[in-house]
Amino acid sequence: MTDLAPVKSNNRFPFQIRFEPRLGELKWWQSLLISLIALIVSLLVGALLLSVVGGNPWKAYSHIAKASFGDIGVFSDTMVKAIPLILIGLACSVAFRMKLWNIGAEGQFFLGAFGASIVVLIPIVPDGSPAWVYISVMALFAMVFGALWGFLPGYLKARFNVNEVISTLMMNYIAVAWNNFFIYAVWSEGGFQMSKMFPRAAWLPRLTDFSKQIPELRGLTTHAGLIFALIMVVVVWFLLSRSRWGYEIRLIGDNPKAANYAGIQIKKNVILVMMLSGGLAGLAGMSEISGVVHRLQGAISPGYGFTGIIVAWLAKLNPYLVVIVSILFGGLILAGREIQPSGIPKLIQGIILVSLIASDYLVRNRVRIIRRTED
Amino acid sequence: MTNNSDQPTEMQADTVVSMQGIVKQFPGVLANDRVTFTLKRGEIHALLGENGAGKSTLMNILTGLYKPDNGMITVQGKRVVFSSPNQAIAHGIGMVHQHFMLVPTQTVTENILLGLNEPRFRLNLSKYNAIVKDLGERMGLPIDPTAHIWQLSVGEQQRVELLKILYRGAEVLILDEPTAVLAPQEIEAFFCTLRKMTSQGKSIIFISHKLNEVLQIADRVTVMRRGRVTAEGVNPTGLSIKDLAKLMVGREITFDVTKEDVTPGEVVLSIEDLVCENDKGLPALRGVNMNIRHGEIVGLAGVAGNGQRELAEVITGLRKSTRGKITIHDRDVTHTDPRNHIRHGISHIPEDRHHTGTAPNLSLTDNVIMKSYTHAPISKGWTINQVAADRYATDLRSAYNILSPTIKTPVRLLSGGNLQRVILAREISTQPALMVAMQPTRGLDVGAIEGVQKLLLLQREAGAGILLVSEELDELLALSDRIYVIFEGRIVGEVMDKDIDRIGFLMCGTSPDKNEAMGEKND
Repeated sequence: MTDLAPVKSNNRFPFQIRFEPRLGELKWWQSLLISLIALIVSLLVGALLLSVVGGNPWKAYSHIAKASFGDIGVFSDTMVKAIPLILIGLACSVAFRMKLWNIGAEGQFFLGAFGASIVVLIPIVPDGSPAWVYISVMALFAMVFGALWGFLPGYLKARFNVNEVISTLMMNYIAVAWNNFFIYAVWSEGGFQMSKMFPRAAWLPRLTDFSKQIPELRGLTTHAGLIFALIMVVVVWFLLSRSRWGYEIRLIGDNPKAANYAGIQIKKNVILVMMLSGGLAGLAGMSEISGVVHRLQGAISPGYGFTGIIVAWLAKLNPYLVVIVSILFGGLILAGREIQPSGIPKLIQGIILVSLIASDYLVRNRVRIIRRTED
Repeated sequence: MTNNSDQPTEMQADTVVSMQGIVKQFPGVLANDRVTFTLKRGEIHALLGENGAGKSTLMNILTGLYKPDNGMITVQGKRVVFSSPNQAIAHGIGMVHQHFMLVPTQTVTENILLGLNEPRFRLNLSKYNAIVKDLGERMGLPIDPTAHIWQLSVGEQQRVELLKILYRGAEVLILDEPTAVLAPQEIEAFFCTLRKMTSQGKSIIFISHKLNEVLQIADRVTVMRRGRVTAEGVNPTGLSIKDLAKLMVGREITFDVTKEDVTPGEVVLSIEDLVCENDKGLPALRGVNMNIRHGEIVGLAGVAGNGQRELAEVITGLRKSTRGKITIHDRDVTHTDPRNHIRHGISHIPEDRHHTGTAPNLSLTDNVIMKSYTHAPISKGWTINQVAADRYATDLRSAYNILSPTIKTPVRLLSGGNLQRVILAREISTQPALMVAMQPTRGLDVGAIEGVQKLLLLQREAGAGILLVSEELDELLALSDRIYVIFEGRIVGEVMDKDIDRIGFLMCGTSPDKNEAMGEKND
């Protein structure tokens, strides 16, 4: 048996930093301040990296700001990018509140786009129907198809305890391939991998459509999907924080055992929440199809389904914050095309995400500097 | 502090571990108050005490997980200060925790080698398989070293845990409630193994609160109660379970409870021939019959793990029964979900207030409306009336004296006693017909215990039927109108006259007055 002396630290610095769990709650401004500091730190880190590779960070930042928020025209484009992010951010927030990790918003988005398209392409409503019929039926079909794509993993989880992360992730690929099958084989238009253009009645109205009455709106692409998104923000907020169902979701999310003990049917709620989440993501697909590209085609999403996960997370699953974060990320996506196809904007996105998630540690713990005691 | 530990005297020659005057303070609790503990070579030394008595703290200090605030530890006559479990194991002290720490997909040998410096890079498994097999046979722990952990029974997994610390050169083995996971027939074999190990010169600290096992296996017993040692290293021969219980529970503190006379009303709950399995699929209840009437507190006495938890869960709908019938007010509720049980007026104070009873990150309001959010006034159509919910929470907070900064405070920030009041407030305010109270006072301080007991008695006066499950015999005797005793999933007796000796015998499954018990039931 060896004789071990008590361990002595080599570090003679008389103070040490210690993290201790916070016993009290943070005030709202304190957590906001922490997030803000994290944002600033991430921009500084990004600036450091930019200058290391030889760029001028301040120029790059101001360019990003100008390219996405510089004038009403580019801001309108930013909003176009933000609309699907808001809806998908909401979809993820709903599921994540229940600790249901729906990674399948991308697939639900594609299925929503498919559901909206069949209304025109099969067609479900007769040609020449008025716009309100087209729009409402397309929105309904998009939500139903998205919800169906959410139902499958939800049912598998409730019935067989299949891990929803895997099943939703895998179903993304099925959804993309499903859409591809139709645009390559069934509805391909003159050899191109896209369907025919939708009739004008199936387009979501854009601001520029009103430029005859108000000339200032000329060229602004923001479409009525924004209204859908903002309505859904209020609906989701109300559901989550004011309804009985939202209470059940919160309870299951925090402690499923306690929820079961309180008589809440967890399995039923797993399926319902997955369907709601899928439905919201599906609506995002419709708004993209009907508001931006006006036809069913491939490559309708630059990863909205995955960026939406980040949006929900950064917004701390709060529906109102989802709007703000979505606009920020919409701007970054837009500026990405201006600066570099890929690279710097993605890099900054990543750094922001990492620092905000890391800052969560400071929300839960406090920093104390204590004197090292001789012992 | 004396200097006797630095110079081993003849009397101490066979002392392996000696802990003197150990003090450990946690926020709000003095977990160890000048605790003294000695372990001799080749003995099985039982460390006995209720939950929260400070056994685990003491052992965590010995294994280097905690640092004592005061006191001295000597191992083999040398003074030591451990700052990590690795140092403890280097001194030959190893602990087997109640919950195994094994990797299910790896083999026995791989689990044993995990975290060691040797072998460094290339795993010569066949060589180590032979070493492990040989060690196992020498110590009376036969095991197939190539088997994967998931293929092994719980008893075999325990052997792997033991081998793991023996392989690391442990001379002192600390076993934290080792029999809790074993089936009764496995326990006999396990005790033989322990004897074999002590005959090889190993010393064992056996942590338990099962009195009969302690009497069966221990050479010496140290009893702890509320952080203090109430009996140090006594020889259990000649001691009875009653004596040990006295030391453990501290009979001198009897709770002075004044009970109103309440004539029990009609039967609220009746259970016939109830059978169910525990989480591991072993039989937990083997045909339970009981009934509870309005306005009475029925105690359920028994050593932990004899089916109490499963019974409470079946009654509240959280666990499915495999046979038998539960009726509430003559309505059959067998095989229905918890929601239906709640609707029929069953409330439940769960054993585990953190994991079952509350949602830790949700507010006090959210926690107290858990059972009433489906009714008016808190429920308004399909929405929740937040104003009514807040008012409800505010009322309960002042009525039950819950100390929390606001009603929006997450309940994880509340102390144990306050958390228990949150649960009681919620469960009582639904005006239950039947209340199942599992260990409602466990881990609370004296003042809080009194408050909880008063609330239970008030419920009895209000006409509720109460099933009180407790390991504190004093509490059962003071509160209950009659007491059922459960042993190995069966109700082995019903005691009406607070005869503590009979309860004690029945709890251990030895029933010298079996005929008498039967006669009483027929009356």
